[in-house]
Amino acid sequence: MEFTISILALPLISFLILALAGMKLPHKVAGGIGTASLAIVAILSYVTAIQYFGAGRGADGLFPTITPYNVTWLPLGETLHIDMGIMLDPISVMMLIVISTVSLMVHIYSFGYMKGEKGFQRYYAFLSLFTFSMLGLVVATNIFQMYVFWELVGVSSYLLIGFYYTKKEAIAASKKAFIVTRFADLFFLVGILFYGYYAGTFSFTPDVRLLASAGIVIPVALGLMFIGGAGKSAMFPLHIWLPDAMEGPTPVSALIHAATMVVAGVYLVARMFPIFIEYAPEVLHTIAYIGAFTALYAAVVACAQTDIKRVLAFSTISQIAFMMVALGVCTSADPHEGGLGYMASMFHLFTHAMFKGLLFLGAGAIIHAVHSNERSFMGGLRKYMPVTHITFLIACLAIAGIPPFSGFFSKDEILTACYSYSPIMGVFMSGVAALTAFYMFRLYYMIFWGKSYYETELKKYQKGEIAEKPHAPHEAPWTMTTPLILLALVSCIAGFIPFGKFISSNGHAYEIHLNAAVAISSITLAVAGILTAAFIYRKDSNRVILSVKVQSKKFIIAAYHRFYMDELWLFVTKRIIFKGISRPIAWFDKHIIDGFMDLLATASQAFSYSIRRFQSGNIQSYCIWFLHGVIILALILIFLV
Amino acid sequence: MIPAEYYLVLAALMFFIGVFGFFTRRNLLAVLISTELILNAIDINFAVFNAYYYPEHLEGFFFTMFAIGIAAAETAVAIAIILNVYRNMGTIRLKNLKKLKF
Amino acid sequence: MILNTHAIIFMGLALLMVIAALLAVTTRNIMRATVYLLFVLFGTAGLYFILHYTFLGAVQVTVYAGGIIVLFVFAALLIGKGARDLTHTSILRYTAGFTAAATGLALTTYLIFTHQFPDVKPLTSVVPINLIGHTLMGSDKYNYVLPFEAVSVLLLACMIGALLIARKR
Repeated sequence: MEFTISILALPLISFLILALAGMKLPHKVAGGIGTASLAIVAILSYVTAIQYFGAGRGADGLFPTITPYNVTWLPLGETLHIDMGIMLDPISVMMLIVISTVSLMVHIYSFGYMKGEKGFQRYYAFLSLFTFSMLGLVVATNIFQMYVFWELVGVSSYLLIGFYYTKKEAIAASKKAFIVTRFADLFFLVGILFYGYYAGTFSFTPDVRLLASAGIVIPVALGLMFIGGAGKSAMFPLHIWLPDAMEGPTPVSALIHAATMVVAGVYLVARMFPIFIEYAPEVLHTIAYIGAFTALYAAVVACAQTDIKRVLAFSTISQIAFMMVALGVCTSADPHEGGLGYMASMFHLFTHAMFKGLLFLGAGAIIHAVHSNERSFMGGLRKYMPVTHITFLIACLAIAGIPPFSGFFSKDEILTACYSYSPIMGVFMSGVAALTAFYMFRLYYMIFWGKSYYETELKKYQKGEIAEKPHAPHEAPWTMTTPLILLALVSCIAGFIPFGKFISSNGHAYEIHLNAAVAISSITLAVAGILTAAFIYRKDSNRVILSVKVQSKKFIIAAYHRFYMDELWLFVTKRIIFKGISRPIAWFDKHIIDGFMDLLATASQAFSYSIRRFQSGNIQSYCIWFLHGVIILALILIFLV
Repeated sequence: MIPAEYYLVLAALMFFIGVFGFFTRRNLLAVLISTELILNAIDINFAVFNAYYYPEHLEGFFFTMFAIGIAAAETAVAIAIILNVYRNMGTIRLKNLKKLKF
Repeated sequence: MILNTHAIIFMGLALLMVIAALLAVTTRNIMRATVYLLFVLFGTAGLYFILHYTFLGAVQVTVYAGGIIVLFVFAALLIGKGARDLTHTSILRYTAGFTAAATGLALTTYLIFTHQFPDVKPLTSVVPINLIGHTLMGSDKYNYVLPFEAVSVLLLACMIGALLIARKR
């Protein structure tokens, strides 16, 4: 498995080449370098997966954990040392596949989407950097290496969100994303340090005795680490950066803010899962409640958004929350006794990456065609963009949980896990799942059905009401549709992967079996959601919705404004922290600390002014002073010494 | 036989008269004249020490001789500099020669 | 101290030198200052003669009185009006200079009279000129051929340097 080092090295090399020499290269060459290196990485990832899972289970019935590379980077103590290396186990191999696949699709897709864009090479350089960091994150051998790459991922996300750096919103969004996730990462770091200090190790699988000696601190450390994960995975109330991050190019949203980076938090919890379940089950259940609330919140907000990328962003938050819930409802490490959620979560992570990536890429194709994110510029697009339409529909069906598309299987496992934890949780999450179906199909009908904006405009033009002939929407070029089709295919078949055979909470093979009651009820709810959406949004004006809309106007407006969470954060940061704490401290710094320094400076300056006449430039004065000094010294030496 | 102290006091007097002139004169040439006075006082001291205390040697003698030679050279260069200063600045008053201050 | 010819000559020379020196640093005319300096230099040459260093006295007269004073005179004449401007300095500078000089003089005189010098064993005869010649040109211990050559090079350098600095551009 020594070749796995090139999985990390290739994107890094590609990044270095593109970053250092990229601006001198033609667009096609720069993009070609990035895509080619990613293609090799993808192939290597598949080879790794085939070899790893093909090698079979060990004598203990588990897939062995392989570390082809491990270099002790900073030895701090006997057990405490920071390593850099590559670790292969079922979930990291699974993540390798997810990341390299989606990243490759995005690389290809970007050829069409970013065509002729200024900074095309820079864009590919950042994509390579991101892929490198994300791959480094998932293969990390210890939590500190994970943290290093975690921050690298944050930086590349920042760079890519702010890709259109001449756009004010993009800059604001990139800063917001960086600051919010960095704020959360602070807790992550504190958690890591707690863990390292008390348990004496940074390992994912520490010695039991070390953990036992740490005792009560472990839940605290894990909780702090989860806050870091919540920041990256946009859990309520740290979710505020993700919708704004949609200011970046759409393929970036697909790669970073839908498929890979945002699931880093889920991955983190999954990585620490054995410790969680053993030492901090109550923290794990808290995560479940936070996840459940986030899922509902994001789903409700998604129903009221008009910007299609925002809808998808909130849908992402909601779906990640599903994964968190699935991890959180685990009560034991045995998949047959309450440990099902772990497998379900990883399964959903896998399928979600594919269909959410597909949704974002589809949205990108639509935005590419109509040159706007707003739904009022869309409508009736199914005639103009057949490929996008079909793939988008597949993705919608997948996320809504309609068999045989992949989302159904993974979501079904999550719901089963929830029901086995508590019926209330199960019912709650089923409701959110129905809501998911509703808002996704609301989006679908708004984009592809209804009155066509283009046709309306065209009629106006023919009547002579507007001077400009409207732009006809057109199907995306093949570079963009190919990834769509490929991802759609994956979304169709991924559900039939016997996922439990590869990944489960205790590592032993687990046979996925559908719980008939849960499956039927969730299908029914999903269909109900879809039908409601179809009923309301398929045709444009419908008297029933109008009345509903008027009656719940306040609620819809509140949901549109995301229940004023951003405003709340602004209030807390600006009014309370900045005004109440930072300003007085700044005043103290400026007037007391700086004042003292200024005083020193002023005093020495005044002293200097008082003796500056000595420096008259007159050689005779110098000599007089010199002679006086000599005489005084001579007197001292002769009479006093 | 004149005591050595007399010579030394005379030399000291000359030296400090030269120093006084060096401090108070405002003209480069006059300052140079004061410097010559100081040099002469030193020369006398060398000769006196040699003649009174170490007559078997000639160190002070030669030191004085070389000092006279070097003083001549130094004066030549100094006067050349003064002439040049006068040509460039139109004055040899020390008060106006402060261009090297900064 | 017995009043003899040497003593009388010394007293006269000393008086002349001190007065001439004082006048040289106080007179307002640069030409006069030069002439007073000449008196001091002659006085010094006289002292050398009393000390039995006749060769040194001759050198003093030739180089100083003959060479340097001529340089001063030429410089004063070349600079002309500018050189004659010998305005005195501020009273503060005057006092400061005077204090420094007076204190220094007092200190030095005190040291001269309190210091224990070794026994006096004065020269009784003139230093023979052939001894001076051999010492100057010899290369043994206490011989001075090396400084002699060094000074000759220095003089050459000074000559070229003075020419370079003073020549008109």
